[in-house]
Amino acid sequence: MDKGFSPVGLRVLVVDDDPTWLKILEKMLKKCSYEVTTCGLAREALRLLRERKDGYDIVISDVNMPDMDGFKLLEHVGLELDLPVIMMSVDGETKRVMKGVQHGACDYLLKPIRMKELKIIWQHVLRKKLQEVRDIEGCYEGGADWFTRNDEAHLLGGGGEDVSFGRKRKEFDFEKKLLLQDESDPSSSSSKKARVVWSFELHQKFVNAVNQIGCDHKAGPKKILDLMNVPWLTRENVASHLQKYRLYLSRLEKGKELKCYSGGVKNMDLPPKGSEFSSVHQSPGKNSYAFSGGSSDPKQLASSSVSDPSSDVHMPPKAKKTRVEFDPPISSSCAFDSLLSWSDVPDPLESKPQILYGSSFLQQQPLPSQSPYVANSAPTLMEQEMKPSYETSVNADEFLMPQDKNSTVILQDLDLSAPSAISSINVTNDTESILRSLSWELPESHHSGFIDTDLDFSWLQNEHFLANTGLQNFQLQDYSCSPSLLSELPPHLWFGNEPDEYTLMVDHGLFIS
Amino acid sequence: MELVQMQKSLQDYTKSLFLDGVLDSQFLQLQQLQDESNPDFVSQVVTLFFQDSDRILNDLSLSLDQQVVDFKKVDPHVHQLKGSSSSIGAQRVKNACVVFRNFCEQQNVEGCHRCLQQVKKEYYLVKNRLETLFKLEQQIVASGGMIPAMELGF
Repeated sequence: MDKGFSPVGLRVLVVDDDPTWLKILEKMLKKCSYEVTTCGLAREALRLLRERKDGYDIVISDVNMPDMDGFKLLEHVGLELDLPVIMMSVDGETKRVMKGVQHGACDYLLKPIRMKELKIIWQHVLRKKLQEVRDIEGCYEGGADWFTRNDEAHLLGGGGEDVSFGRKRKEFDFEKKLLLQDESDPSSSSSKKARVVWSFELHQKFVNAVNQIGCDHKAGPKKILDLMNVPWLTRENVASHLQKYRLYLSRLEKGKELKCYSGGVKNMDLPPKGSEFSSVHQSPGKNSYAFSGGSSDPKQLASSSVSDPSSDVHMPPKAKKTRVEFDPPISSSCAFDSLLSWSDVPDPLESKPQILYGSSFLQQQPLPSQSPYVANSAPTLMEQEMKPSYETSVNADEFLMPQDKNSTVILQDLDLSAPSAISSINVTNDTESILRSLSWELPESHHSGFIDTDLDFSWLQNEHFLANTGLQNFQLQDYSCSPSLLSELPPHLWFGNEPDEYTLMVDHGLFIS
Repeated sequence: MELVQMQKSLQDYTKSLFLDGVLDSQFLQLQQLQDESNPDFVSQVVTLFFQDSDRILNDLSLSLDQQVVDFKKVDPHVHQLKGSSSSIGAQRVKNACVVFRNFCEQQNVEGCHRCLQQVKKEYYLVKNRLETLFKLEQQIVASGGMIPAMELGF
C-alpha cells in the first residue's frame, strides 16, 4: 500500500449507486483512517448532509446515479453546504470532466480509484478552509478564472495517473516560485495573462492602497486598483497579487499551527499552550528565544525587553537564512490581520490593522497578545538559529512599506526601546481556529520522506517557505533609521505576478487523480 | 492434495487469470485491501459484483428485447456494468462494455445484440474462474493453510 499521510478521522461521505464500488471505497477510505459514511442514493446523501450540517468534511460522489444526476448533487452540496466534493466515474470523457469542474467539483477521479488518490483528499478540505479565510465576502472574484483553468489543465491532462504531476511537484519549489517568480518554471499554470512585474514601487502602491482602505472596508482588488492609480494595471493583476500577499501572510500564521503537519521539522517543545504570550521575544544579545512561557503578557515582555534597549537593535553581522525563517509568523501577523479581517473584526481592540507599527521597525513595541500561536511558531524553527526579534519586523516591512506614515495606522504608542513584541491579532485566529477545528489527529510517524512522495507540505511550512527566499542574502543592518533603508530591499523579494498560490497548489497535486 | 501443492495451484491459477486478461491489477488492489479485520473482503466484494451484474444483465436483455429499443435506457445499463466490472478488475467484461456503448451510440440494434452476447460470455467466464479461485482458497484454508500473497512480476 502506498505510504503517505492522511489525517485521522476525516469525515467522508461516499455516494455511489454501485454497491461493489461502495464497499470497496468504504474499505479504502477506512484504510486511510478516515471516518466513512456510505450512501447508495443521491437523495439519501443530501438528506444525511442536511441533517448534520457539520457532520462531514468532504463528499465523494459518483457522477451517474439513478435517482439524481451526480452533478446536481454536486451543485446542491456546493450551494447549501459548501463542502468540497470529489466526483468519480468510470468514464473519463473530457466533457464530463469539464462538467464536473464547471459544477464546482474539487476533483474528478477515474475509476478504478487508487489508494493514493484517496489518501490526499484531505488536501481539498484544508484548501477549502484556507480559501474561506481568504475570501472576504467575495471580494476576490478573480480567482475563479484561473482556478477553473488550472483544474481543466490538470484534469484533462492528468487522467488517472499523476506521473508527470508528481515529477513536477518534486522539482517545484513553491516558496521560491512565489517570491522569486521563476517565470521559466515548467509547473507554471497555463494562465495566459501577461506577467506583471511587481516592482518595489508598485508593491509599495499596493500596500499603501491596502492600508488606506483600512479594516473597515473590504480590501477588494477593485478598490485597491482604484487607489493605486496605475493605469496599465488591471484588476486581475491586483487580485492575483492580493491573493499571494494574503496567502503569504496567512501561511506565515499557519506555519505555526501546521507545524504538526510537517514532517521535516523536528517539533521542539512548545511553550505551554496556555501561554497567552504571543510574541516572540529575543533577549537581546542572546541567540535564544526568550519565550515567556506560561501566561506572560506583553507588558511583561515589554518591560523585560526595555531593559536592553541598546542591544536589541543591532543585528548580528551574520544574517543567515535560517534566522529569516522566524520572521513571518511574528511580524507579518499584523499585515495578515489587516488583510484578512477587513470586514469582520470581532474585537475592537485588536481590530485595528496592526500592520503599521511605524515605519521603522525599531518602533517595536509590545502589542496586545492575542494569540498564543505566534509564539508557538518559533519552537518549530528552534533548531535553526535564533535571531533577534526585530528581524521579524523587518521582514514584515518587506510587504508593508509604509511610505506615508500619516496614512498608516499605528496600533499603539510605540515604545522605541522595546524590541518587537508583535502579536497576532484575532483575525489570525481564523486560520488557527479553522485548523484546530478540523481537529484531526495526525499520525506521529509522518515524515518529510512521505511528504515528498505523496504530499507536499512545503507550502505549509514556514521553514521551507523562507528557506528558499532571497532573504538569506539580505543583510540586515541597523534599522534605527528610516524606512528608506528598508526600501533598498532587493526587488526579487517582492512578489511577481504569475503564478499565484492556487496555481502552485494545483501543481502541487491537490488534484491528483 | 498436499497443502503446498494446493497453494501452488492457486497461485498458478490466479496468474493465468491475469495473463489471460480476465482480471487486471484492480483485482490485486482488492486483495491488498483484504486484511485480518476483513478476511473475506475479496469474496464479499466479488459476490456483490455477481449479484449486481446479474441484475444489470437482466435489465439489459429486457431493454434490448423491446420492439423499439430505447438506447437512452440501454446505455446507462451498459455504463453501470462497465463501472462495476472495473471495480473488481473484470477487464474483459469492461472492454466488452466499451464496445457495447459504441454500438449504443450508433443506435445499432444488431450490433448491440451481438455486444450483449459478448458481454454475457465474458461475464460468465470471469464468474466461473473466480468461483473456482475461491474454491481453491477455501480448500487451502480448510487444510489449515494460508492463502499465498500474489507475487506478480508483470
